[in-house]
This record gives sequence, structure tokens and C-alpha cells, in this order.
Amino acid sequence: MWTPSGTVTSGASALLSVQGLTVRYGGGRQSLAALSGVSFDLAAGEIVGIVGESGSGKSTLALSLLGLLPAKASREGSIQFQDQDLLRADESSWRAIRGARISMIFQEPGLALSPVMRVGDQIAEVIRAHRPGNGKSRKRECEAALSEVRLSDVDRICKAYPHQLSGGQLHRVAIAQAVVCRPEVIIADEATRSLDITLQSEIIDVLREVNRKSGSSLVFITHNPALLSGFADRVIVMYAGRIVEQGPVTQVFRRPLHPYTKGLLQLAPRYPGQEAITDGGRLPSIPGSLSDADRLTGGCVFEPRCSARTAICQSEFPAEITLEQDRRVSCFHHGN
Amino acid sequence: MGTEAATGSAVRSALVEARGLSKQYVQRSPFSRKRFVIDALIDVDFRVAPTCLTALVGESGSGKSTLAGCLALLEKPDRGGIWFAGNEVSGCGARELAALRPRIQMVFQDSAGALNPRLPAGQLIAEPLEIQGRETGKNLRARACELMEEVGLSADWVDRRPLEFSGGQRQRLALARALALKPEFLILDESLSGLDLSTQAQILNLLLDLQARHALTYLLVSHDLGLVGQVADFVAVMHRGAVVEQGTRQDVFGRPAHPHTRQLLNSCRGIESAFRSARSGGRS
Amino acid sequence: MKYLERRVVHGMLLLIAVSILCFLFADLAPGSFFDEMKLNPQISSETVAALRSQYGLDQPLPVRYGRWVKSVLRGDLGYSFAYNTPVRSLLVIRARNTLLLTTSATLVAWLIAIPLGVWIASRSGGWEERLAMAGTSFFLSVPELVVALVLLYWVVRTHALPAGGMMSVDFDDLGAWAKLCDLAAHFVVPVTVLVLASLPILIRHVRASMVEVLGAQFIQAARGHGIGRLRILFHYALPVAANPLISLFGLSLAGLLSSSLLVEVVMGWPGLGPLLLEASISRDVYVVVGAVMASTLFMILGGILADVMLVVVDPRVRVE
Repeated sequence: MWTPSGTVTSGASALLSVQGLTVRYGGGRQSLAALSGVSFDLAAGEIVGIVGESGSGKSTLALSLLGLLPAKASREGSIQFQDQDLLRADESSWRAIRGARISMIFQEPGLALSPVMRVGDQIAEVIRAHRPGNGKSRKRECEAALSEVRLSDVDRICKAYPHQLSGGQLHRVAIAQAVVCRPEVIIADEATRSLDITLQSEIIDVLREVNRKSGSSLVFITHNPALLSGFADRVIVMYAGRIVEQGPVTQVFRRPLHPYTKGLLQLAPRYPGQEAITDGGRLPSIPGSLSDADRLTGGCVFEPRCSARTAICQSEFPAEITLEQDRRVSCFHHGN
Repeated sequence: MGTEAATGSAVRSALVEARGLSKQYVQRSPFSRKRFVIDALIDVDFRVAPTCLTALVGESGSGKSTLAGCLALLEKPDRGGIWFAGNEVSGCGARELAALRPRIQMVFQDSAGALNPRLPAGQLIAEPLEIQGRETGKNLRARACELMEEVGLSADWVDRRPLEFSGGQRQRLALARALALKPEFLILDESLSGLDLSTQAQILNLLLDLQARHALTYLLVSHDLGLVGQVADFVAVMHRGAVVEQGTRQDVFGRPAHPHTRQLLNSCRGIESAFRSARSGGRS
Repeated sequence: MKYLERRVVHGMLLLIAVSILCFLFADLAPGSFFDEMKLNPQISSETVAALRSQYGLDQPLPVRYGRWVKSVLRGDLGYSFAYNTPVRSLLVIRARNTLLLTTSATLVAWLIAIPLGVWIASRSGGWEERLAMAGTSFFLSVPELVVALVLLYWVVRTHALPAGGMMSVDFDDLGAWAKLCDLAAHFVVPVTVLVLASLPILIRHVRASMVEVLGAQFIQAARGHGIGRLRILFHYALPVAANPLISLFGLSLAGLLSSSLLVEVVMGWPGLGPLLLEASISRDVYVVVGAVMASTLFMILGGILADVMLVVVDPRVRVE
């Protein structure tokens, strides 16, 4: 279990340290940045939740952590992973890292698996890419990984094709693929999106157990902050390619500092059985939506939709401030 | 005819009613005699109250989309009857069905797949009007712009293609298209799944506005109980092809009778109580 | 089994229909085999009439057709007037020669197209792709006949290879190894022409199918798991890209007896092509019908084989 160790500014004790990551697709300084000045640390064994909506850059962040950005994308900053700057690593170094030291659970496992290969073979392929061994040892490891994600009838599942398995089973297979080589960092990119509620909580249970047993860190990317309670240790809130707030989950949820975080936490689905909105009432929402024009502004990106905005928000960009208990926020009016 | 009169009055209180609906899907192998039978709907009785929002919840594979498809008259059930506004529609011929279709419209989950990517937004919205012969020429474009504004899209985007819109905007586009023929009954088949939370809230608010303005009846098919619990008037729970529980939101979510409903609510509770406890306490 | 049964029955119906049409059209063409003889003043018209009735050519069409069907069911495909031999033995030899040519050409073409197409697809957007598209466009627009004639011209000028035919004049006197070399030498030009005719379209299809698959999510996921590039290309992408290619392969199989007609005629290769041409011109009707039926049979078998392969390769088509 991760325990807070005060400020983690130097990054020396962190397993993974992202500093000033800026990614632009389509080249040129005029093009929109998918990520802008993203900085955060990941300690060994901790679960970090990254919350963001479409356009927040969370997918780009996931791809950056795995070196899967297209060659044309320009990148600045650094990703330090055990004395190596991953942002500048070449393809052969990446191939040794992907799947073995940093691995990813892709969104929509139904599409992330080859439709014409048996599921067991696809897990074995990941083993084969990183470790020597024969078919028998791979089969054993594959079955061990499947039982670790709490799948029963392991033999039948190994021999099955993806289209023969249910959504829940496919999600667990995707997790098994990601953990089979015992990586130090696991990235779950919207691993529970569009799943029904029963499956969502089951998958989160599996991920929690994997983190507890293997000690690998987990970066859990989602658009729904409610999933992080009782699960993640820290949360990072992203908007329009920047980090607007980060800190321990309980602190941030209890007392959100950034107006966007406050708005987001009000939206999280409530338990059915609470009072629903009355006649004539409407659901709380963050007005407007992110547009490309907003991103090019010199001031705060969230300003057009912010209820706490003032003149300074339009003209100046709020730098990141570090507060007590390892909380960071980028806002002129945090906490108001 | 006594039973008919009695059922007639019961039916009149619901806008749409289904009784004894059953549907099976059969898959055949090309190389063996094996048949794979899937019971999508098993003897379903279901009612949709007028000008209310009825939610249809259940896990994937429970038959929600099949039921929605039958109620939208897009699929034919193997057995059972469907009544719309008191008239039986299950035995209708093609002409009567064509007359009914403008009154029942559907919005799907994947708008990128449901909208023709080659047509600009204005044409997509105007297409149903054109086909039904309700408007012509310049009026079509004007009406399309009107509908776009009504669903919260800028009329300047009338010539843009669906893929240039964001996910939430595309669903608004699909909604505008569905509203073109001024339907009475709108079926939303997982139309809010896969959208961001704030977009979901915005579109739900839009739906509530439209309902107030046009006296629409909604059937919202969703696996997201939290979402449903905020807006539904009536809830029906499906499990493995059967409707296991039906009633007002307060009854179904407050006093669940069927074990499956209870199981669904328990899963919600786990996540939601953790979230609520994290949110409460120490709030300034 | 229902599916296969249906295809086989369908195929047989097709064969019957083709045979009827063939007879019909052969009959529609004016004249008969013995018309040439009529022009010869030395042969009396009675002789011609007698010959005609001997071969049953004076019978009405349905009768002739009925007799032909009866003899086919016994395994006898009729008699060639020109060659004075049973059609069957004639077809067997000529078909064998054609198949030698087309199977080698098909094999070579596919063996080049697959790795080349895969490699070009993996370099999508680069100069390799642009060069490949330009090259294939060029060869697609040049007619097969022109390629054949150009190669023939070059061969005749340089005497590097024999210009046409299947064997040298002194073939029977050569030793076993020399025979093989001789055959091989005669093979080169016609096979090259056939390969150049079919390769462009195969490369384009392989490339297109691969490019589409390489954009799929599971390929990126495989990359994300650290799987090597070659493995992704051939073990992950190619099997999925194979679907449309299998249909194409079925077309290749279907054309095994018919695609080389022009080349055989131009090169003087003693295959089914020249035979069919001669027989059509001289109204050697049973040869024509026999050759057409043989080609049709291959087409049907090719199609069925492609469908079977599709089910074997793609597990989604099966139902457990």
C-alpha cells in the first residue's frame, strides 16, 4: 500500500516521473497541443486515477507512456522511468519495455484482441515476446494469469476466440494480458467504459487485487470520478491537455479546489434511490463545452465555462501551486 | 367483446403496450446441422405511460435493445402483440405501418454509425421531412436550421458532416433528425452511453426541456442505473429476456422485489457509498 | 453439411445449364465440320451426307444433346472430328499442359504478391508505396498481348530462350535431366507473361487489405504489448487480411484452365487454348463442349474451395 511520504517534488523516490510533457499532433508551434506541460509522479505500488473528459488529453497521455505516439507528433518534456528518459527512447528499447515493464489495458477489449486467434494464444504471445521458454511453460503462465483475474473454466477460455466470450470475460482477458509479464506500471485506459454497473465494480475489484498482490502501480484513466473512491490513492484531474488539480483522492473529493473539479464531482451519478430532480428541475451540469478556440487562449483554458472567473483569468495563465499534503492546483481562485 | 372492452380501457392509459412478446434468434452453422438458439425476449408484458420517461434497465444481453426494436416497429416479434395509442399494430400491413412511423422515432447509441457520414447535417435532418413529403425546397433548410437551434447546435454548422461533430453534438444531431417529424414517442437506445458526464447531463436536460415543450413520451434504454435514477418516472428491469420488475421509480429502486433488481442496486451501492463518504465530511 | 451439399447441387445445375447453352450456341453458328469437305469437288455430296449421319450430325439438337449426356455419364466425352481421337484423351493431354503453365504462374505470382504486398503496406506513405502503385498501374494498363509480343521479340533477337512451343524438336532424344532443362527453358517466357498479367492486381489487393487491417485497434494493442514488427505483420495482420485474398485466390483457381488462352495461342503452347480456338473455328463441336465443360468445372471447384478455405481460416464464420 502506498503511504504519503510528504512532497514528492524531486521525483527521486518515484517510479515514473513525467515532467513538462507537451505533445502536439500535426507539427508546428501553431497547432493545438494535445498535452501541455503535464507533470506528475507515480510511486511504486500506488494507484493513480486520471479523470478527464473528451479532449482532456488522457488518451494522448496513455499513448505517450507507452511510446505509441505517431512519429509526426512533436513532443517536449521528459518521462523518467528508472534512469531512462522514455520520451527519447528508440523503438527497440520501447519494445523491451512495452508489455513487460509498462503495459496497458486497452479500451474495448473486444477490438483490442485479434478476432482470428485463440485467446490463450494471444496471452502467450505477450509472454513469448519478452521471455524465453517453450509452449508448455507459456501455457502454464497463461492459465495462471487467467485464474489471477478470477476467471473460472480457464481451459475453455484459453481455447476460445474473442467473439465467443462475453464482455466481462474479455475485459478480464485484457487485464490478464497486461499483467502476465509482471510489469511495474499498468495503465488502464477507460477500462470500464460502457460496461454495465455490475461488471464495472467487478473489474475494479480485479484491478485492486492485482495491485495488492503484485505491487505494480496502476494508472487508471476514466471519465467518471465516482469509480476512484475506495480504489485510487491519488487523483489527477485533466482539462484540455493540462493538469488542473492533483492530490490524494479523499482530500480532493472532500474539498475540491479547482472549479472544474467541483463541477465534475457534482455530475457523478448518484445512487438510484436518492431523491431525483423534481418537476421543472434540471440536472447540474458544467455549461458549454470545450472548443478548439478555447485552447489557443493565453489565459486559463477553463475560463469560458468557469463560474468563478474574473478578468485575470482571461489574460494570464494560472501557474501550478503546491499546497499542503501534496495537493497541486492551477487556478487563481482555488478553494473559493 | 367484454374482455376487449376491459383491456381496451387498460390499454388506453398506456401510450405503448406490449403483451406476450417473444423473439428468438437462430444461428446456423454452414457445415453442421447444429443450431444456436438465443431467447432474446421471453413472454414480455410491458407498458409505456404517456408524456413520462420510462427507463428500461438491465445488463448487456438482457434483451433491452430487442424490446426497444420491437416497440419501434423495426423488428417483428415471433409472438405477442403491440398496441400504440390503443390500436393494435402487430398485425398491421405495410401502409398502416408507414403511417405510424412518424409517430415513433428512435435514437441509437452509436451516432457515428447511425448517421450517413456523407450527408451534411442539414440534409440528414431534412431527409425524413422530404421522404414523408412534409416540406420542400427552401423550407427544408429553414426547418433543419430551426431544429438544430432547438437541440442546442449552432445553425452555422448546417453544412458540416457528422464526423466533424463531437460525440455529444452528434447525438444532438441524431435527436434533431428524430424530432423532424414531430413524433409522440421517442426511444433512446443507450443514446447516452459512452458520453462524458457533463455531456450526458446537458443532453438529459435538453431531453427534459423538449419533453416539456412537445409533450413527448420517452423510453430510455440504459445500463446506467445512476443516470436513470435521476430522471425516470417509471422503471422496468430486464434479465435474460424477461421483464422481472416494472413500476414507478420509487417502487423499483426504493422497494425492489426481484432478487436481480436487488443485485443491480447492490453493485451501484458499492461504488456510490464509497463516493458519497469521500465527498461528505469536512465540506466548507 | 447442408451448405456444401447446396453448393455441389448448385454446381451440377450450373454444369448442366452450361452444357445446354454450349450445344445451343454451337448449333447456332452456321455450318458444321463437314462443310469444308463439301467444297472439295473430289468428295461427293453423298459421302458428306453419309459421314454426317454416321456422326449423328443430322439428328435434331435435343437428340444429339441426349446422346451426349448419356455418353458423358458413361465417361465418354465424344469424338473429335479433326483429330480423329476421343475427346477425353485429347482434353487430358492439353489440360495437363495448360495446368502446368497456369499452376506455376499462379504459384509464382502469389508467392511474390504476398510478401511484397505486406512489405509495401508496412511502408505505407513512403516512396516504396508510390513506386509500387505506379508500377502496378503501368502493368495493369498494358495488355497481356503486348507483354507477350515484347518478350517474344526480345527472345527471338537474343536467342536466350526458345521462342514458343513446349518442347524442342529433338525432345525425345534427350536424357532425363536435359528434358527437364528443356521444359524449363520453354516455361520461362509464357510463365513470365502470365505472372506479369496477374501480379499487379494481386499486389494491390494484398496491400489494400493489409493497410486496412494495420489500422485496426488490435494491431496497436499488439504493439502496445511489445510484440515485434515482423510477428505483427505476418502472425496478426495477415490472417485477418486474408479474407478478401482468399476470395481472390478462389478466382485464381477458377481461372486455372481458362486464363492462359491468349498466351498459349501466341506462344504456341500446346494447351487447351489453341485446341479450343481450332475446334471453334472448324466446328469440332464435341471438343468445344468438352473444353468448355472442363473450364466450368474448374471455376465451380475453385469457388467451392475458396469458400471452404474461408471457413477454415476465419473462426467467426463458423458457429460452435
